[in-house]
Amino acid sequence: MNFLITINVGLKEIWANKFRSVLTMLGIILGVGSLVAQSALVKGLENGMKEALIAVGGLEKVYVTPQAIPVWQRHRKDQAVGNTMNDIYALQHSAPLVHLVTPEMQTREVTVTRAGKAFNPWHFVGTWPDALELNKHVIEHGRMVSDVDEKEARSVCVIGTGTRDALFGSPEGIGREINPVGEFININHQRFRIIGMFQHYESELDRKARALAQESAPEPGKVGPTRKRGFGSGKSKSGGGLSFEWKNNTIYIPLNTMWLKFRAGVAVPLLPGAGAAAGLDSGPDPRLSTVYFKVKDLSQMNDALQQARNVMMHTHKGIDDFAFNTEENQSENIAVATRNARLSGGIIAAISLLVGGVGIMNIMLASITERVREIGVRKAVGATFMDIFIQILVESVVIAIIGGVAGLLASQGLVKLLTLISPADYTPVITVDAMLLAFGFSVVVGVLAGIFPGLKAARLHPIQALRYD
Amino acid sequence: MALIEVRNVSKIYHLGGEEIRALDDVSVDIDGGEFISIIGPSGSGKSTLMHILGCLDSPSKGTIRLDGALIEHASERELAGIRNRKIGFVFQFFNLLPKLTVLQNVELPLIYTGVSSRERRERALQALKLVDMENRAKHRPMQLSGGQQQRTAIARALVNDPKIVFADEPTGNLDSHTGETILQLFYKISEEGRTVALVTHDPEIAAFTPRRIEIRDGKIARNVDSKLAGLGTSPRFSIPSPSATQHPS
Repeated sequence: MNFLITINVGLKEIWANKFRSVLTMLGIILGVGSLVAQSALVKGLENGMKEALIAVGGLEKVYVTPQAIPVWQRHRKDQAVGNTMNDIYALQHSAPLVHLVTPEMQTREVTVTRAGKAFNPWHFVGTWPDALELNKHVIEHGRMVSDVDEKEARSVCVIGTGTRDALFGSPEGIGREINPVGEFININHQRFRIIGMFQHYESELDRKARALAQESAPEPGKVGPTRKRGFGSGKSKSGGGLSFEWKNNTIYIPLNTMWLKFRAGVAVPLLPGAGAAAGLDSGPDPRLSTVYFKVKDLSQMNDALQQARNVMMHTHKGIDDFAFNTEENQSENIAVATRNARLSGGIIAAISLLVGGVGIMNIMLASITERVREIGVRKAVGATFMDIFIQILVESVVIAIIGGVAGLLASQGLVKLLTLISPADYTPVITVDAMLLAFGFSVVVGVLAGIFPGLKAARLHPIQALRYD
Repeated sequence: MALIEVRNVSKIYHLGGEEIRALDDVSVDIDGGEFISIIGPSGSGKSTLMHILGCLDSPSKGTIRLDGALIEHASERELAGIRNRKIGFVFQFFNLLPKLTVLQNVELPLIYTGVSSRERRERALQALKLVDMENRAKHRPMQLSGGQQQRTAIARALVNDPKIVFADEPTGNLDSHTGETILQLFYKISEEGRTVALVTHDPEIAAFTPRRIEIRDGKIARNVDSKLAGLGTSPRFSIPSPSATQHPS
């Protein structure tokens, strides 16, 4: 029997029972729709988390932090030098697998003031111009600190929008964008000129929310002074937002400025020959908070780290007082979280697809019971076992295919609906992979649902079928 | 050689441990081009015999040779092929598929033969012309009268040019006048050289055919061939009987 004819027969049968067929398809439609929609949600989540990962510098970024000296090296504690500029120069010259080697010297608990307003930046560091590229910063106004600033230890700073908003006012608060470049601010009572400002960093979602807020008129109901609403009162409510907030609340100054102006008073108890105990001045603490570098090729991460370690072991006199940190952990967390969400959501959606399949099987069984005589007639005029089996199977698969296509269409609407209901989540992304998977799954369900009714129909004895009432 | 050779065929059903012999050691020959009736009261086994002859069912014992082929050795698939190409069925309740048009109903056997759609249409229209139904090709069975439905069913039985046409109480659901026209149609078909077997419980209808096989309790009670008995034509209708030379002895 011609396959096209069989499909035609199946379509006619479905068309003849429109209402019943639509009800049957509903299970598949919802199953496919929810499978695609949940995968879109997970994809959106993944994208959001990856966005945050890229914002902090990406997977290639490695930072070296001080580490407690291991027990077997404790006796050499007084010889440990910590991370110093020696590491930077050594890495630059002897570790070809890494680049963008950047020192960072941080001072904590600083207060920035201007005209009676105060602000505590999250991240106040002295660093090199390379930090711009390393941390994926983008300058909106002015410029980054330069090598000349560095050489002359100038009192200049590059701020993020967090500092600007706190000291000058935010665009939302005062209704216009302020360019603070050229202004002066005080950092721990020392006068600094702002030479640059980063752009405002925010997640895709926050950007949309802000655009939405700009469109709508300001609410007149808000009265009283502005207030913070307790811990975690940041503007962004999404998980990845913290990375963006961190970048917005960063202040960069030249490394030498940091060293000379903020480290001069710090004792250096661990340095060999340090005279802190004897009251001798050994100069400002030369230790770096963090050494940053990027691995040139992500696939050579292990080799690069080993190389960097070998180099740094020399500068650290063989003392293991430093540790490498990468974002791999965060990347793995993203992968695990995504996989878990996909798995749990996928299983639920797959169950609903299976329920849809059971619905198809049920209807096919009812349909063949209704058509026993027809099957008898077809057998009497020469239909074989396979003819009948394929006819029923095709009907089932055609229902599943139509349901699958309708489900794909429904998923678009479903995703829109989900975005509408909960706009505070990441924007769902419908992927072709998910659509293909869901559609393929619905076809498989259609085949499985058709096998049993098909066998049952094909096994009917022609005489009994003809006598059936 | 006869077209159908039935040798010692029995059909035994087991119902609650009880053995029911629907057919009991039946042997009969039917030649090509014969017009016969299988007559008997209900439960006599006439329908069982027709089903076995029509390859819808297989015998418990005995052999059947249909057009030279032993059918008890045939697989289900081969039986379907024989039903498709060599046998046409006409039923008491017409058994047309209500969702298909008259033309599509008639085309049905050709679909399973694997005939191209154009040829299917052509042959189905030809068969409909034969039963004078070609102007109803686009109608649905429900829009037709009983006689028209039965004529459609006959067209379906004839569309694949079978050697044998079985009709199970073809007039049972029709009024006597319509029944007569249907019987005349069967006569016409047999005149064309096809073997036609009517299964009926009605002696009046059986009297219409030259040869009658009477079944009682699963056995052949009488096998009357009016030609051999020299009884001439059927008394009820003034239809010329097939000449003696056409009838193979």
